[in-house]
Amino acid sequence: MSTLLIIFYFLSAITLATAFLTIISKNPIHSAIYLVICFFSVAGHYLLFNAQFLAIVHIIVYSGAIMVLFLFTIMLMNLNKEGEPHKKIATKLAAVISFGLVCFVMLAVFIKAMPKMETYRTSGQDFQSIKVLGKVLLNEYMVPFEFASVLLLVAMMGVVLLSKKEKTIQ
Amino acid sequence: MDSAFIIEKSVVILVVFALTMIMAMYSTWAERKVAAFLQDRVGPNRAGWGGLLQPLADGLKLFSKEEFSPNTPNKFLFVVGPAIAMSTALMTSAVIPWGDKLHLFGRDILLQATDIDNALLYIFAVVSVGVYGIMIGGWASNNKFSLMGAVRAASQMVSYEVAMGLSMIALLMMTGTLSLREISAQQAGMNWNVFYQPVSFLIFLICAFAETNRTPFDLAECESELIGGYHTEYSSMKMGFYLFAEYANMFISSAILAVLFFGGYNYPGMQWMVENVGVNTANILGFLALFIKICGFIFFYMWVRWTIPRFRYDQLMHLGWKVLIPLAILNIMVTGICLLLFK
Repeated sequence: MSTLLIIFYFLSAITLATAFLTIISKNPIHSAIYLVICFFSVAGHYLLFNAQFLAIVHIIVYSGAIMVLFLFTIMLMNLNKEGEPHKKIATKLAAVISFGLVCFVMLAVFIKAMPKMETYRTSGQDFQSIKVLGKVLLNEYMVPFEFASVLLLVAMMGVVLLSKKEKTIQ
Repeated sequence: MDSAFIIEKSVVILVVFALTMIMAMYSTWAERKVAAFLQDRVGPNRAGWGGLLQPLADGLKLFSKEEFSPNTPNKFLFVVGPAIAMSTALMTSAVIPWGDKLHLFGRDILLQATDIDNALLYIFAVVSVGVYGIMIGGWASNNKFSLMGAVRAASQMVSYEVAMGLSMIALLMMTGTLSLREISAQQAGMNWNVFYQPVSFLIFLICAFAETNRTPFDLAECESELIGGYHTEYSSMKMGFYLFAEYANMFISSAILAVLFFGGYNYPGMQWMVENVGVNTANILGFLALFIKICGFIFFYMWVRWTIPRFRYDQLMHLGWKVLIPLAILNIMVTGICLLLFK
């Protein structure tokens, strides 16, 4: 147990440190690289929970796709200039409050999910395996799951539309 | 976790590591020999018999060359780039089943570093992380050509990963598992996936070429336009790491192709061998069968390199997004319909 605890503290230290460095560092590419390290240590936390699938998918989606595109964009647009225009205090405050609310929602989700987790634990089912996960996602949570994909599709269409519009103006 | 288990796994990991390194080393030799054969030359033949010591000589040369580092504000990232490229190239081999099992010292030893449920996803994760080595190295070089190479590599890998993932979905619908060991076991007795999923195999093969940055997809390092691409500024063993990582990647992706589509360690008459000759002999033969398949794929990589010229950049993107991805989606649909009708 103690080794797990040591790993947990180690990963937490990395997560928090790199998260702060992401915000603090002046160079956008350094910022992005710190964020990548942060995502990796979060994947490590998932592994500590024995959530293998979640950890690997987290790496594929966040580190492997989103952050690669981020770095790609920063490199392509040559945003190497250090420092950026500072936002107003009110904007920063609003951002902090809205993120705090998101945390609140997440906490509520976890608390609501607790009894469900207990039923899996008592029945001895391996709730981390992809088979169980897939069945739950496509049976009990079918509608939210499909709505999430619709949301992604709408976002994608919106981006395509925005980029097309800019071109016609030019 | 008993100590015997830890020793067993350590030995397996060390052997796999050594095997990957030796294969990467001798791939460089084989590449030059194959190139020489295809161009009607002799190839390296000075160091050792048939030039067999050439990789060692090359290694010695790379180690003893002058270490030059450019005037860059990112000295640390400049060193990290090749390190990431090399470690991700070696990490993939952890989940590949090299053989069924050996029965030694009263234990069944699985010839695999780890048999996780999500082995295939793990491979995708490591492959998708591999691009960081190129991107960070290319950016930290503080050189326009390196940056161009890095940006090209990133966009190419991201585009081809999509098609690769989609081509895998069709295969997964058939196998119903992500574990490479189970996928290998399902293909026993010439029941190879390539006969059921030829389109999926083709897409995966093309994407594997793109992911390993091999010709015809080596735009990230095309000499005629970008000097050396992302490793222009690298010298000595740092460049050696990038080159070595490419060959290690080639070996691993050949292994994955063999495991997923060409039956892995299975060979005709394996069941008979297990029953009549013994588990150990049969499975060592299985490992050799896998090894021959891998060498075949490596030869194929080299053959293609000296046969097909490099793509133009827009052709590359066109092939990735407008040909391979729709084809992969169509393949998924056809597979789904066939599964509904015939199972």
